[in-house]
Amino acid sequence: MTAIEEATPIQHVSPRRRLTDLVVRVLVYLAFAIAVVPLVAVLWMVISNGLARFDIEFLTHSMRNIGARDAGGGAYHAILGTLEQVALSSLISVPIGLLTAIYLVEYGRGTRLARSISFFVDVMTGVPSVVAGLFILAFWILALGMPFSGFAGALALSILMMPTVVRAAEEMLRLVPADLREAAYALGVPKWRTILKVVLPTALTGIVTGVMLAIARVAGETAPLLLTVFFTDSINEDPFNGPQMGLPLYVFDQAARPTDTAIDRAWAGALTLILIVMLLNLAARLIAWWRSPARSR
Amino acid sequence: MTAPTSTRAGGPAASRSAPGRTRGEGAFRYLATGAGILVLVIMAAIAVFLVVEAVPALRANEGDFLTEVIWDPNGSHTFGIAALAFGTVLSSLLALVMAVPVAVGVALFISHYAPRRLAAALGYVIDLLAAVPSVVYGLWGIVFLVPFITGPEGFLNEYFGWIPLFAGESVAGRSMFTASVILAVMILPIIAAISREVFLQVPKSHEEAALALGATRWEMIRMAVLPFGRPGVISAAMLGLGRAMGETIAVALILPATFGISFQILTAQGNSIAANIANGFGEATPIGRGALIASGLVLFAITMVMNMAARLVVARRKEYSGAGA
Repeated sequence: MTAIEEATPIQHVSPRRRLTDLVVRVLVYLAFAIAVVPLVAVLWMVISNGLARFDIEFLTHSMRNIGARDAGGGAYHAILGTLEQVALSSLISVPIGLLTAIYLVEYGRGTRLARSISFFVDVMTGVPSVVAGLFILAFWILALGMPFSGFAGALALSILMMPTVVRAAEEMLRLVPADLREAAYALGVPKWRTILKVVLPTALTGIVTGVMLAIARVAGETAPLLLTVFFTDSINEDPFNGPQMGLPLYVFDQAARPTDTAIDRAWAGALTLILIVMLLNLAARLIAWWRSPARSR
Repeated sequence: MTAPTSTRAGGPAASRSAPGRTRGEGAFRYLATGAGILVLVIMAAIAVFLVVEAVPALRANEGDFLTEVIWDPNGSHTFGIAALAFGTVLSSLLALVMAVPVAVGVALFISHYAPRRLAAALGYVIDLLAAVPSVVYGLWGIVFLVPFITGPEGFLNEYFGWIPLFAGESVAGRSMFTASVILAVMILPIIAAISREVFLQVPKSHEEAALALGATRWEMIRMAVLPFGRPGVISAAMLGLGRAMGETIAVALILPATFGISFQILTAQGNSIAANIANGFGEATPIGRGALIASGLVLFAITMVMNMAARLVVARRKEYSGAGA
């Protein structure tokens, strides 16, 4: 008995073990510091360099008749293009993604089809964005003979958006208590109306959050636009006809030009892009927080 | 619910005639099922259309697509995937080697070291890191990192030049090494996020048992957390690898678009499949486009295999079902 009392573990941790523990602790803290450095560096550079050209002219003018060396010019055509392309791709991918999630949760539970769909949704998350662009290029533009257009870009973006929407919606639908569904069935409400009137409204805020995060993700995609929307320096308001521009594409285009004025425009474009993406992210999280169970109930 | 008249007067749904109800039900069910099947169709269509558009170019190819190092589909119709695939795999693996230890450290920090209130906020910071568009990293890379990194590269070259990886006559900012650093920064958040989630799922009883036996925090992590989280970390690393391989714009801005196979990662050479597509698409002839689509098909196949393998690793242990991206 006395032997056990003497060997109180806390006091008899050998120096070597204590040192290892300390070293690992320092390494873990260091790892976190290393991870945060790039974020701070990137954000700081984008803000400090981007503000130089982040003015009214930048937001309201296109790049028409402005060479790489000329000062001035703006990204209005690119901002407009991005907004149209992202809106179109949401219109395509949100209904399909939502319906897929409804199938997975409400109708297909446990069937082989549902399992394979679920698996391929996961695999689809990993499709490189450039491959999505190549697919639309091969299918829509080369095989069907359609022109480069904002809509083709939206198709490519919707392929990237779909799996994210499905996963987010699926997760939220699963959280809806079975009691609610059973109560509706007991009142004689058919299943599809139960889904539309009871399940979806309950899960709505969560789904909106997921959709906004998905939008934020695709808004910054460059590679698929490069292959499907092509370039233009002019304003093209029609997403169904002719090449458009997108904000990420604009940054890429300007960054590849080796002059200071072009690089300044690239930074301002990057700042605009980050502002859009971060606002979407923040809004999504605010909605999620505002409707979280801890607050609303 | 006994008398039919009272049912009729009861709920709004009950007042509808039976055929109408089943028709609505059937239509909605088919709609949902159709959307699900559409996902499968899209995945199949991606493979089919890439093959269809790649075949004419592959027929016109003068070289061997799998072993040829040169990529010149526009001029001499000679192109091969060898150099590009090599660059893709090398840069991604280097990025993985740099990112995984840091990401696991970050995940451990958030799950087991940071104060609980702080941890949630730090998790958001890491998520924000993931939200920064890749073209912004590319811009940062070309303006800041490329000039900056020649210093550390020179150091590696001078003192560790005896390692073949760091050998070479001169160092350059636009190198495989720089591309890997950028890729590592970009895949770090996803690896950290998935690892964190797995570490948080370690049964509390295991951790408390280890601590009760007198283990230090590190010994507890080594004995309880890491063995439990290993499959999750492995699949997170594979997902990160897939993402690094598909990353296009940042790499396209940094690498000098040369074609060659070399392990000297500090010198100005290297290219990847995705970057080559972005750089070469503008001036591609029809054959050139077909060749780029063929290279995209290879990329698609590689990333598909990586992702399926990663998902299967996760699926083997159902506890991690919440850990998917």
